[in-house]
Amino acid sequence: MPNSATHYPNAPKTEPTARHTLAVIVDNEPGVLARIAGLFSGRGYNIESLTVSETEHDKHISRITVVTSGTAHIIDQIKAHLDRLVPVHRVVDLTLQGEALERELALVKVVGKGEHRVEAMRLAAAFGARTIDASLTSFVFELTGSTDEIERFIKLMTVVGLTEVSRTGIAAMSRGPDAM
Amino acid sequence: MSEMMTGAEMVVRALQDQGVEHLFGYPGGAVLPIYDALFQQDKVKHVLVRHEQGAVHAAEGYARSSSGKVGCVLVTSGPGATNAVTGLTDALLDSIPIVVITGQVPTHLIGSDAFQECDTVGITRSCTKHNYLVKSIADLPRVLHEAFYVAANGRPGPVVIDIPKDIQFATGAYSRPRDNQHKTYRPTVKGDLNQIKAAVELIAKAKRPVFYTGGGVINSGPHASALLRELARLTGYPVTSTLMGLGAYPAADRQWLGMLGMHGTYEANLAMHDCDVMINIGARFDDRITGRLDAFSPRSKKIHVDIDRSSINKNVKVDIGIVGDCAHVLEDMVRIWRETSPQIDKTALTAWWTQIDGWRARKSLAYKNSSSIIKPQYALERLHALTKDRDTYITTEVGQHQMWAAQYLRFQEPNRWMTSGGLGTMGYGLPAAIGVQMKHPKALVIDVAGEASILMNIQEMSTAVQYRLPVKIFILNNEYMGMVRQWQELLHGGRYSESYSQSLPDFVKLAEAYGGHGIRCSDPASLDDAIMEMIDTPKPVIFDCLVAKEENCFPMIPSGKAHNEMILPDFEGDTGDIIDAKGKQLV
Repeated sequence: MPNSATHYPNAPKTEPTARHTLAVIVDNEPGVLARIAGLFSGRGYNIESLTVSETEHDKHISRITVVTSGTAHIIDQIKAHLDRLVPVHRVVDLTLQGEALERELALVKVVGKGEHRVEAMRLAAAFGARTIDASLTSFVFELTGSTDEIERFIKLMTVVGLTEVSRTGIAAMSRGPDAM
Repeated sequence: MSEMMTGAEMVVRALQDQGVEHLFGYPGGAVLPIYDALFQQDKVKHVLVRHEQGAVHAAEGYARSSSGKVGCVLVTSGPGATNAVTGLTDALLDSIPIVVITGQVPTHLIGSDAFQECDTVGITRSCTKHNYLVKSIADLPRVLHEAFYVAANGRPGPVVIDIPKDIQFATGAYSRPRDNQHKTYRPTVKGDLNQIKAAVELIAKAKRPVFYTGGGVINSGPHASALLRELARLTGYPVTSTLMGLGAYPAADRQWLGMLGMHGTYEANLAMHDCDVMINIGARFDDRITGRLDAFSPRSKKIHVDIDRSSINKNVKVDIGIVGDCAHVLEDMVRIWRETSPQIDKTALTAWWTQIDGWRARKSLAYKNSSSIIKPQYALERLHALTKDRDTYITTEVGQHQMWAAQYLRFQEPNRWMTSGGLGTMGYGLPAAIGVQMKHPKALVIDVAGEASILMNIQEMSTAVQYRLPVKIFILNNEYMGMVRQWQELLHGGRYSESYSQSLPDFVKLAEAYGGHGIRCSDPASLDDAIMEMIDTPKPVIFDCLVAKEENCFPMIPSGKAHNEMILPDFEGDTGDIIDAKGKQLV
């Protein structure tokens, strides 16, 4: 970009990026998810995974788990911007707190016959997946695990007749006795 | 091999390839490279407005008066984009195809609250049909062409392309428009043939039918209007239209009932209320049309043709919903009608027309004229009489004058009437007239205005003078925000809170200050001469027509009432008692 033709500063040098998992505690009010998603899109941040559910019904409080990536500076900005939103109670960076527990659930539909069908069953058993639906030609497996495990399972299932996948995105929590 | 060029050059090339002749805009820091590329060519003519809202309304007027052409706007980041928001919302609600290109701060500064930065795609998400933030030069040619496709196809609407400044400087490969411009968006234009057949059967069996047509017929192009006229001729059924659809059916025709809705005619609204088959072509059962929903046309079977599936069964449940473009569906209807030549119930139809003629005899547009003061209705009747044989286009602002224009200017052709229907944007008419005049340099373009509305975008007089656009601003000056005053009379005990236009400028001097021509008239006897002077002046004119101050716009369906509970012009009684407490909560 020819700097003489613009009054804007140059782009900063590229820095390493990292993946962070944030837990955001919010009031479960109309539009709160749109505010959070809008913050990310409006400021050009990434969302890799987003899960939401009300966790304290009597207080109408929801917990949002966001997985995002960026430079240390950007992650810091994201947390500051989230924290500034009016319905947000607090923002915790689970990645900074050490090895957070991260799990997601996947439903995987496999269609096939003969040897493929037997192999699908064996692999599912090896991964500890539950069979939640079966027909003469198909299975639906439910698997809970880390993102890596789910990716590995889906990759293997592709070979034995995978037709459909539904994933929840990541739910996360810190280890140890301290609650957030 | 595709040609290499900068992002700014791509923008200009894409406009040329899309057939854009006029671009309405205002420069600023974040679009300087595009303005530089515009400077180095002469195919796309740029029109410099005086406020970005004016640019968008001008593009709307341009698009609406040219049937099918996409209006195009170029503005800078931040305030340039936020000033365009009202125009975008206006175009969304009235389904007008426009493409608005906004500059944005460089990609690496997005989200940093940089100078003149705003979240344009976030702000405009809910007021556009679709919007794009282009973050890579590789995406730019596709997005530019796709935007025109999305704006013009299906139900038309506004599309925003937000282009960061570094993308305007970056170099990439340009590609020309292709036939299929979008990977997923493929609107249905052909209606379901079985549904259309069922509709034709129902239409043929009707005893008290009415065609209720809307802006969809106009948007579908002049061919749709021709087909509507043919179908009306074949059936002999009465036709009414929404504000947006005026001109699709000729107002001079015997089958024309006039506009329907809140300020529609008695005959149109009662025909809607008492019909047994309602044929809605390209209208959307808007609340200005239906009045009280639970009392809306209670005994009719309803057919609804709309290109937007979500419009069908949205406000009013219908018996036959046909998703498709009005022209396509009307073509099928006319063809099937001709093939089957159904027997219609002539006796019932004659009785129906007799009843309609009875309602017509009520003369709901009558008004008490005066020899000492100009009545606004009279001013518009004279304006119509003196312009109807010319190549005339009408735009309006919003308020009483707009409704009177819809009632008394009798449109014969589509695309001659540009008004802000859905959003009701005061300040629409002057910039829209500029857009129309740009497209039709030799035509007579008149903005029917109120003295309050015109001040909302009066700065565009400067644009009209710069480009020698001889637009005529015909102000019905009653020194009130007339519609606000009327509602305060009906709903709030005549307490005219802030609706009096204090400290008005001298409009004649104002016209002269801008380099235009000013005319003032307050005498009914000299009105015709003054209007002729306006028509014959070959430059922008502000006509300050001083009219009766507290005239109400009737007929009217008061809020919370049904079609058969209209207030007519000869109403005598306390206007403060017409609307009950529940009605007062509605708008």
